[in-house]
Amino acid sequence: MKEFAYFPGCSLEKLAIGYHVSALETAKKLGMKLHEIEDWNCCGSTTYFHIDELLAYTLSARNLAIAEKTGLDLVAPCSACYKNMYFTVAHMKKDPDLAEHINYALEEDGLHFSGQINVRHLIEVYMEDIGTEEIKNNVTHPLEGVRVAPYYGCQILRPKKDHMDIEHPLFFEELLTAIGATPVDYPLKTRCCGGSLIISSRPAALTMVKNLLQSAVDRQASVIATACPMCQVNLECYQQSVNQEFGTNYSIPVLYFTQLVGLALGIAPKKLGIGKELVSALPVLATS
Amino acid sequence: MTEASETYTFTFMREVSGLLHAADGNPFPMCVQCGTCSGSCPVAAYMDYTPRQIIAMVNAGLKDQVMESNTFWYCASCYQCTVRCPQGISITELMYALQRYSIWKNKYKEGLIGPSFSEAFAKMIVRTGRTFEPILAPSYIFSFKLGEFFREIQNATELMIKGRLPLLPAQIKRLDNFKRMVRRIIPMGGVE
Ligand code: SF4
Ligand code: SF4
Repeated sequence: MKEFAYFPGCSLEKLAIGYHVSALETAKKLGMKLHEIEDWNCCGSTTYFHIDELLAYTLSARNLAIAEKTGLDLVAPCSACYKNMYFTVAHMKKDPDLAEHINYALEEDGLHFSGQINVRHLIEVYMEDIGTEEIKNNVTHPLEGVRVAPYYGCQILRPKKDHMDIEHPLFFEELLTAIGATPVDYPLKTRCCGGSLIISSRPAALTMVKNLLQSAVDRQASVIATACPMCQVNLECYQQSVNQEFGTNYSIPVLYFTQLVGLALGIAPKKLGIGKELVSALPVLATS
Repeated sequence: MTEASETYTFTFMREVSGLLHAADGNPFPMCVQCGTCSGSCPVAAYMDYTPRQIIAMVNAGLKDQVMESNTFWYCASCYQCTVRCPQGISITELMYALQRYSIWKNKYKEGLIGPSFSEAFAKMIVRTGRTFEPILAPSYIFSFKLGEFFREIQNATELMIKGRLPLLPAQIKRLDNFKRMVRRIIPMGGVE
């Protein structure tokens, strides 16, 4: 049994509850245990760095220190949490003064972070620690004929972590192939969804969302797959806003990769949080 | 004052490059103006000045024009520019730095949502340790056009019906420790 420390992050408590439950269900089925770390705090998302760089690292470091006590790799399902924690480790290793200052603050909560932890994205763990072979062996309901647009987004790829092809990644396509789906090749798969601009600069963000939806629809995708709650919300919950703004008629479901994997593993849709979408996933379920 | 400090002028460029990248050096004075960043930026069309232009302006010391622009508040922090810059400049970090600089100087272009949203977000985290989406809404929703305003409320209602919006704010258990931790970084941080 492979075990990991698990940092769900704020969105997965409610807004992205479907990601949370489907991550836990599929992990179990694939022989993997995710231990949620105790009393974690918000990682600061992409917004905290606007205010104070040092506090932003400290917020992540508290979670890292809590996770480090487990001796396990730390897994984050949200790309922004992943990126923040990944680079907090890198910076603290590189800069002893920074590490000392942050650890001085962590003392207030009886914590210390020594830098001995690997931060991983959930999809990375599925690909590297479980592997497509193992996933394929567990598939009972292959998603045959379902055309899926894999959406990578930004923070999972950028800034560059030490091990990924950031211009032409293919791991998402490989995962989709393993569950019997047909990955759709579309040019905007690593283009930004707008992130928090959906709040702070809505016209720009809606254009970005529209371009992405159009790019997926142009290639006849029937569903978009994501690995990040921010991307999911922008692409799904703001489809109606896009339609209102541009007079378009998009209605394409946006599911988490774990939900699609779960369906292929024969897990009941309800257990995967399917049914909580604003754009119904039923057309996808009908074809699977 | 020593002789050396008299001859060293704190230009805008030096201020931004020296002070605001404690964790990571950022060689933006080395920009060769190739335009790769602007060409990669998905938001450039909405910015008053493109990323390439803003860097040239910082390097030329055009502080007022830079501060009055929306550019750095419109950055989505997607890092597309950063991974492609041939000079190893993190344009994204520069945008963050300019946001911090403008918060610090309390100078922004009028009508931007970014600054008040960031502030609401920061306060929320130091008070509870967690994000609670509904508490953020007042920091932006009243700046929306009417159509968007109603669309946003409809979205929230639909999400609530689906059980995707929290009704009560979450907070971490060891909140007192957490606030003391914040205070060791920002002396007044965590104060109500
Ligand atoms: S890509 Fe780099 S070198 Fe080229 S204009 Fe942008 S910051 Fe300057
Ligand atoms: S990080 Fe900001 S400036 Fe750079 S490409 Fe993305 S939105 Fe543009």
